[in-house]
Amino acid sequence: MNGLALLIPLALLLGLSGLVAFFWALGSGQFDDMEGAALRILVDDAPAPPENPLG
Amino acid sequence: MTAIAGDPTRTLFAVPGMRCAGCIAKLESGLAPVPGIASARVNFTARQVAIDHAPGLQLPDLQAAIAKLGFEAQPIQGNAPAPSESRDLLKATAVAGFASMNVMLLSVSVWSGAAGATRDLFHLLSALIAIPTVAYSGRPFFKSAWAALSHGRTNMDVPISIGVLLVTALSLFETLTSGAHAYFDGAVMLLFFLLVGRVLDSVMRDRARDGVAALLKQTAPGALTLKPDGTTEWRAADTLAPGMRMIVAAGERLAADGVVEAGASSLDLALLTGESAPQPVGEGAKVHAGTLNLDAPLTVRITAAGPDTAIADIARLMEQAGQARSRYVRIADRAARLYAPAVHTLALLSFFGWMLAGAGWHHSLLIAAAVLIITCPCALGLAVPAAQIVAAGTLMRSGVLIKDGSALERLAEVDRALFDKTGTLTLGRPQPVDLDRLRPVMKPAVLALAQGSRHPLSAALRTALEQQGVTPAPVEQIREEPGFGMRGRYLGAPVSLGRPGADEADSQMAVAFTMDGLEPCLLHFEDAIRPGTGATLARLDRLGIRGSIASGDRAESVAPVAQALNLAAQTDMRPEDKLAAIGSLAATGAKVLMVGDGLNDGPALAAGHASMAPASASDVGQTAADAVFMGDSLAPIATTIMVARRTMRIVRQNFAIAISYNMVAIPLALLGLVTPLVAALAMSGSSIIVVGNALRLRRVPQ
Repeated sequence: MNGLALLIPLALLLGLSGLVAFFWALGSGQFDDMEGAALRILVDDAPAPPENPLG
Repeated sequence: MTAIAGDPTRTLFAVPGMRCAGCIAKLESGLAPVPGIASARVNFTARQVAIDHAPGLQLPDLQAAIAKLGFEAQPIQGNAPAPSESRDLLKATAVAGFASMNVMLLSVSVWSGAAGATRDLFHLLSALIAIPTVAYSGRPFFKSAWAALSHGRTNMDVPISIGVLLVTALSLFETLTSGAHAYFDGAVMLLFFLLVGRVLDSVMRDRARDGVAALLKQTAPGALTLKPDGTTEWRAADTLAPGMRMIVAAGERLAADGVVEAGASSLDLALLTGESAPQPVGEGAKVHAGTLNLDAPLTVRITAAGPDTAIADIARLMEQAGQARSRYVRIADRAARLYAPAVHTLALLSFFGWMLAGAGWHHSLLIAAAVLIITCPCALGLAVPAAQIVAAGTLMRSGVLIKDGSALERLAEVDRALFDKTGTLTLGRPQPVDLDRLRPVMKPAVLALAQGSRHPLSAALRTALEQQGVTPAPVEQIREEPGFGMRGRYLGAPVSLGRPGADEADSQMAVAFTMDGLEPCLLHFEDAIRPGTGATLARLDRLGIRGSIASGDRAESVAPVAQALNLAAQTDMRPEDKLAAIGSLAATGAKVLMVGDGLNDGPALAAGHASMAPASASDVGQTAADAVFMGDSLAPIATTIMVARRTMRIVRQNFAIAISYNMVAIPLALLGLVTPLVAALAMSGSSIIVVGNALRLRRVPQ
């Protein structure tokens, strides 16, 4: 029983964190443009302005 | 990124022309540095770009900025589209999925022999997970069931809601009294499977809606108005009022109805009447919103704007015509009308039967609940959406966009077709027919002249010549002469491409090419019939669908097309006449498929039992149609009908599977043999079979 007392809440918590992550992703618009997201990987980033050329 | 003062305004543009990753980069990085634009963000799925910009920037400026990057953009006016219900359904599904996995975890241990305090604890934990889940994920069903019941009707959601609520309540009672069986896993799993069906249905509607929204073009977003003091101001279409004067440049659409005050030009009325030949207008002529000014700038005094224009009349007609379609009852709801009363009677009978047999009310209620949950239309809820979304995916790959599931059901039923002529049976754009009359050495000069004009005939010449691999010659001093055409100098001699002289003109659309010292060359155009039209009509015939033409064009221009395709034709039809034609066909029991593209077809498209429009159609046509097909060929029409009919066959098979599963399961439930384990197995088993059967629709028919 001691093992269950730890494992069941742990399992629920893990599942719940997955659910929360999904809700967050949905809310922040990550599923709004599925095709675009697949293509954006191919877009070259604009050259970043050289803020600190000496590194 | 440009810094701007004040709050930025957000404007949405539909950019149907974006096709690849390069376009995203080009638009976003190309727009950002434009003065006044704070940022631009592309939504590729919807083919839209959202621009945050200074409030001072006008629509035409933004449009010009996008045009400079090489894209055609149309502003999407009005508020952003209503937030879709997909997102809420997806959240409900995620919660139900999470809950059913965890409850199942606990249930499996109960089934494998947990007893005593452990079983009670696991049941209690299941209850703690399941009850909030039912309250949250069940809402879409409870709401719809309540709406149906309060109108005195019943739908699929009524047995679902009653079943889920009853089972949850009974399981809670069992848990609190240390009973042996709790059905929490069945309740949440049922919700999960049904929600998957709902999400599929909703995703399908959204995808089509986004697709159409991307193509949705405003008739004319506004006009340049002439103020009394002689200055000009650009005003949006909804702020135009009668009495104002607007200047319409060549190549622009009119934003309001009015009377021409100055200028002479010709107008393309295709959007309004379906007529393909441009109509000349001069001072005092009445002109309508939505028509395209072709030749020269016009000054128009506005007589009617906004809701009073002829276009708005058509829109109202369309709204009325669409009401009949909204009364269509979908197959799942028709099935529910028979199914729901049967299930409820059965559950009630089993309750009283066991009461009479002397099994206390608690035991009887448990059996009644088992009957409800085993008959709950889990497979039925998936049977229709699963088949329809697979079919919609198949059709999308062959270039047809279906609006929703009900469209597929109606398309499967049609047995008669009406075609518009201009833009539907024909391509809707002029094509040169006798280009060979032009001497090869002259072609480069003609191309150079044609490139300078936006007139449809010039555009047609340009496309045809470019296809032949002709490159433009260096013609000098090219200028467009309003009302005539193009002039320039080539090899030192004056050349022209334009309206033929009165003596050479005949009934056909034509332009004349002249060069000093040479005989003028007359080039004819016609609106060609779409490729493969004859074959498609034959295929439709074999499917038992007879076609005919309903055109707004004159009899002389319809006759050649009707003869070539061997179709009966009605001509000179106003939008009301097309509506009446569909009405009288429907009265004889025919289910009419309307295929059309123009604004004038809008009401007919909305009134037809089902309707399709080519992607080249006006936005009104695309909005009113059930399905939009891409490309020049009409072949997708026959393909769509075939896929729609096959989908309905699969849906019926799925119903049969669900019912035969019930035939086995219901007696077991009535005898009280259905434990939570049996219910879980039966439910997932039948759902998987139904989805698997639906996947057979992925094949495209030939």
